[in-house]
Amino acid sequence: MAEWLSRDEAKRLTDRVMALSTAEGCQVSVNSGIDGNTRFAANEVSTSGDASNASVTVTSRFGKRAASATTNVFDDAGLKRAVETSERLARLAPENPELMPLLPPQRYRDVRSLFDSSLRLDAAARADAVKVATEACERAGAGGAGFIQRTAGAGAVANSAGLFAYQPASSAAYTLTVRTPDGRGSGWAGTAHNDWARITPPATLAERAIKKALDSREPVTIEPGKYTVVLEPTAVGNLLRVLEFAMGARAADEGRSFFSRPGGGTKLGEKIVDERVTILSDPQDPDLLSRPYTGDGFPVERTVWIENGVVKNLAYDRFWAEKKGVRPTPFAGGLKMLGGTATLDELIAGVRRGLLVTRFWYIRGVDPRSILNTGLTRDGLFLIENGRITRAVKNFRFNESPVIMLNNLEALGRPERVSASESGGVESGGAVVVPPLVARDFTFSSISEAV
Amino acid sequence: MDRRDFVKSSAAVALAGLIAPPVRAGIPQADAATRELCLRALDAAKAAGATYADVRVNRNHSQSVSTREQQITGASDSETFGFGVRVLAGGAWGFVASRELTKDEAARVARLAVTQAQANRRAVRRPVTLAPTEPVPDGRWQSPIEIDPFAVPIEDKVALLLKANAAALQVRGARFVNSSLAFVLQEKTFASTDEVFTVQKVYRCLPQLTVTAVDPSTGDFQSRDSAEVAPMGLGYEWVLKSDLPGNAPRWAEEAVQKLTAKPVEVGQYDLILDPHHLFLTIHESVAHPTELDRVLGYEANYAGTSFAAPPEAVLGKLKFGTELMNIQGDRSQPGSLSACGWDDDGVAPETYLIIKNGILVDYQTTRDQVAWIRPYTGRTRSHGCSFAESWADVQFQRMPNVSLLPGEQDLTLDDLLAATDRGIYIVGRGSYSIDQQRYNFQFGGQAFWEVKGGKIVGMLKDVAYQARTTDFWNSLDQLGGQRSYAINGSFYDGKGQPSQSNAVSHGCPPARFKNVNVINTGRNRG
Repeated sequence: MAEWLSRDEAKRLTDRVMALSTAEGCQVSVNSGIDGNTRFAANEVSTSGDASNASVTVTSRFGKRAASATTNVFDDAGLKRAVETSERLARLAPENPELMPLLPPQRYRDVRSLFDSSLRLDAAARADAVKVATEACERAGAGGAGFIQRTAGAGAVANSAGLFAYQPASSAAYTLTVRTPDGRGSGWAGTAHNDWARITPPATLAERAIKKALDSREPVTIEPGKYTVVLEPTAVGNLLRVLEFAMGARAADEGRSFFSRPGGGTKLGEKIVDERVTILSDPQDPDLLSRPYTGDGFPVERTVWIENGVVKNLAYDRFWAEKKGVRPTPFAGGLKMLGGTATLDELIAGVRRGLLVTRFWYIRGVDPRSILNTGLTRDGLFLIENGRITRAVKNFRFNESPVIMLNNLEALGRPERVSASESGGVESGGAVVVPPLVARDFTFSSISEAV
Repeated sequence: MDRRDFVKSSAAVALAGLIAPPVRAGIPQADAATRELCLRALDAAKAAGATYADVRVNRNHSQSVSTREQQITGASDSETFGFGVRVLAGGAWGFVASRELTKDEAARVARLAVTQAQANRRAVRRPVTLAPTEPVPDGRWQSPIEIDPFAVPIEDKVALLLKANAAALQVRGARFVNSSLAFVLQEKTFASTDEVFTVQKVYRCLPQLTVTAVDPSTGDFQSRDSAEVAPMGLGYEWVLKSDLPGNAPRWAEEAVQKLTAKPVEVGQYDLILDPHHLFLTIHESVAHPTELDRVLGYEANYAGTSFAAPPEAVLGKLKFGTELMNIQGDRSQPGSLSACGWDDDGVAPETYLIIKNGILVDYQTTRDQVAWIRPYTGRTRSHGCSFAESWADVQFQRMPNVSLLPGEQDLTLDDLLAATDRGIYIVGRGSYSIDQQRYNFQFGGQAFWEVKGGKIVGMLKDVAYQARTTDFWNSLDQLGGQRSYAINGSFYDGKGQPSQSNAVSHGCPPARFKNVNVINTGRNRG
């Protein structure tokens, strides 16, 4: 096998698996590809890895009974075992009244998300990209720790109703944290894209992280409380993911979500945040470039979740959509929040007194009724006075809801692609494009001494 | 080594308290083809210039069943099989993995790993050195299971979950229930150029249930999960012992009770923390900050660093907690999630103290980390904390079981409650968040009980406590005894880039902490 299956190879494999099936219905998903990464710390490479893998997941159906089995063993015995396991599990499983019929063939949006530049990012190229940062850190007398990841491959899904979908894609991410040797300063920078050539150059990322580390060395202690905040795009991305996860229609209909309307129904059509807020998904957006179908082959279209502050869509899976008589709207296609044209510096210039947040950490839900979340600032928290950054500030724990934050919106900047997951690699949950923003009365509840 | 020798040596190791009791379900087999593949990879790596090499052939088998109310929501079975070769060349690491289990592929992958290590040399300043380890000619280990979970029919598993769901929903006010069972079997063969060859079968299981009560008149909803049911390194017998159907009504009643529970008044309280809550506080505030890679900045870009640093300034000096605090690292407690015969460096793990009478005395280590702190600890061998999630991931330092040892006095939970004038008793893991150096944390729970005059007087809700790690552990003033010790754990602990999942247990008795800051998390409801 080459590094991943071509469209024809994927089709042949899914046909081969379906030929083994004795179930009433069968869905076969295939993933194949390569994953390469290099880590560095203390200004040198620590570990690296290159792995190639491929797997098949078979979901067998008997009436309303279904179950799946996954294997990466592609010889006849391995595939047969997976088919038989899924059929045995499916026969034994009780009926699932919510199981939806297999989809017939569908049409998908054309998404070009595989890039040569990402394919060329092998171990030697990654070591070179590490060196650019570590040499800059050494010159600045600081220590760099970071991560470069590259994935490339193809996914396919087919079923016994004739559906077949195939999508090749690549992703790359570069994130780094720079710390001063005395442990008093820490700064972060990073980004992700399908196309390594469109990643911010490592030298620029290193320069940003070094500056934040050096500037954050002598933080002052200020009282926790409500502050106007300027959130860099990564920080906005961290919190927006939380909002996205809360937008399921079913939990809202069932009365166990922020999006439940008291007394019954959902908040669809209600204005819940500032009218400048528009959030959407679109697999074809050149900054999102996401798989144009879901795991069962349902087409992913452009979906506006919040438009001018009003809830336009909640996420309906196929079962819940049918029950409610609406079109399914899956969580897929990446996440984009529209903004304006202002740069981060211009946003800072408009703030009389506030805090600049580089990114958040350890975000956890506290109360789903309000989407209240807690977490901490990290790797660069700065005081803004009269439109200028004046001091570094000790990190804070926050207790805040993204809904309240987006109600307290003051200004939006220019959106950009971010590495929004705290783990700092390629975005397994889909691309995130968000603007920096200014919000008033953001609630910080205690001081953290962490640097 | 023949079987008789193995039994003899494993008995000796068990007597030394290093590994769990011998298995009763038979000794894992190593097939000749796997051994040959390993040898071919090691030979190819050496021929290509590696000064050290290891190969791991892993087959991970997992199965899960999930339900809600009276229906099944998922049944899946997954296997992934492959091998990874790690090499040292020119003092730099290289690692390459493949799913094609042939001798030629093993040789190709080994050579690629050496090429990768040579590429990394340009960005390496200090060559890696490995602490010595003992040869293991033919090591075998298996989790101490009684019933193989993969041999239990799925219909039995589903029937058990649906019975538990029905029991929960019989409670008035309980509206939703989700339950699931997850099982993992890792078959691991390890071989290294340091004359180690081991074959291990590691089982893990995770039974779970969450019940939600809804009050339509207020829009309030509250959940309670099966907090007291720990994930364990055991077989299906643990699922049966956990008795989800028998316990579900109590969890459902507590979910309903939470709807009308008194919101907590913010302030300082004495906290009595149940072992099935305290385990996660130990995990986050003690186990993570004593990972040596974290301490030295190797995880700075994601998991973070540690306040327990630098080693030369804090080892033997940092007063982490009161004298009652003794923290043990081990991979030997029977049925614990981290238990194994040898780690992914091929080292037999040690049982050792990380914190002794409140003072930090050691860290968690792998072979390539020992030299970093040898001048301060005097230790020359690894504690055996190397782990990789699968064949496709490179191994690195992961926490062993990290446990709070019970107190010398034979105190029980009731003794701790009776001795408390104004406090909150917390059970179960809830929302939890901690900063990247592990100074500042905020933890919730599943159930909160108000304690007044030595007695539980009612239920509270919307409770979370915030503290600075060392302030918190220095407020520990009462500890349960051996009888009150219990194990719980984390089935999916993430660390590393790309993030790898590890499973780990934490044992502890109930413990009391004085004057901890408690906040109300329900205040922002809008």
